[in-house]
Amino acid sequence: MGGDRVALARAMTLVENGSPGAADLLDRVYPRTGHAYRIGITGPPGAGKSTLVSRLVGELWKGGSKVGVVAVDPSSPFTRGALLGDRVRFQDLPDNSDVFVRSMASRGSSGGLAFKTGEVCDLLDAAGMDTVIVETVGVGQSELDVAAAVHTTIVVLVPESGDEVQAMKAGLMEIGDLFVVNKSDRLGAERMARGIEDMLRLSPARHDWIPTVVLLSALRGDRFPELLEAIESHRSHLEESGDLAELKTETARSRIRDLIDACIRQQFWATDGVNEQLDKALELIAAGGSSPYSAADEIIKKFTGGRG
Amino acid sequence: MDNPIRVLVGKVGLDGHDRGVKVVASALRDAGMEVIYSGLHQTPENVVRAAIEEDVDVVAISILSGAHMTLFPRILELLNGKGRDDVLLCGGGIIPEKDREELMKLGVGNLFGPGTPTTEIVAYLEKEIAARRGK
Repeated sequence: MGGDRVALARAMTLVENGSPGAADLLDRVYPRTGHAYRIGITGPPGAGKSTLVSRLVGELWKGGSKVGVVAVDPSSPFTRGALLGDRVRFQDLPDNSDVFVRSMASRGSSGGLAFKTGEVCDLLDAAGMDTVIVETVGVGQSELDVAAAVHTTIVVLVPESGDEVQAMKAGLMEIGDLFVVNKSDRLGAERMARGIEDMLRLSPARHDWIPTVVLLSALRGDRFPELLEAIESHRSHLEESGDLAELKTETARSRIRDLIDACIRQQFWATDGVNEQLDKALELIAAGGSSPYSAADEIIKKFTGGRG
Repeated sequence: MDNPIRVLVGKVGLDGHDRGVKVVASALRDAGMEVIYSGLHQTPENVVRAAIEEDVDVVAISILSGAHMTLFPRILELLNGKGRDDVLLCGGGIIPEKDREELMKLGVGNLFGPGTPTTEIVAYLEKEIAARRGK
């Protein structure tokens, strides 16, 4: 990795906390990003994401790759505390600087990642990692941010994940570039895998790619060569089609938009008189003389020069 | 700007009693901290690696096996060796008073015995970390 692990970890904290200096740091780091291939692992709680990631890290590392991992777990909406438990599955990591694992709490983000997960991946990328793996929180059907943050999205399911009707629903099943049916020793695993394949054949292909389904047991570690091969062929596909370059542009576009949105929001609420106007409007609403809709309209007109 | 206290909580060595450590981990989570739970049977090397990668403020270790006079100093030594002597190393378990004093002299923080209310642990960490960050 060349750099200092302590410094890398500190940089991550700086970025995650949005501390002063974070934007400057990211600005300096950005030109050094773009080397790492990014893989996202998502799926429902208990599907075996962490076990799969831990095994995948080992396999990639054995193949000569430096691997960074960002594992996201949920923050409490009540106390903002979090229990980050993904490291429990990461027991057999090679004890050297080729592998770096960081846990992140979602901190109020509801898309399955933390707001700053992409930026933390950038830091790992710039630190010389060849592969960066992002593990999402255990998702339901609609926490889909990961698909926009990585190159290859792997959806991990288990034989108990549901019938074909579940597989037909919008959301999670639409973002997988690869599907892993984990816990292959369980009853119904084979049928689940075939069911997903059938469903995928009926769906329109995104990026001209028909997702692969890999049936395996992450715990036993079988069929990982098959998984690695599937990842590699998706990567080649993206490289040949030019979608990989396009993805980088799209990421940059959404970052710029997010930064501008945040800046404008902050400026607006810091404008003199806005909060007083809001309080006045609330009194009026309580007295039955206005509604949130007309109040918002009035405030916007008054403080943004009528661009409401 | 957001700056929650980050704590690595875990068990080191051949000691499978994890009820207590899980209670503490949950209490710290409920107090608004970000708790990285490492699980059972960690080596000191593993713990320190995790502490560095996770950039924690606190390493809290539960030891009920009697090996505390070996394991705590080893973790401290490894943390210092990596330049992270600013991390608060503390813990809990069955630790005799004499050993406790000796460990604290080495630079280990509070060591909580059985029956300690979790509120006391939370208050200790909040106070200790506020003081360290204030520096």
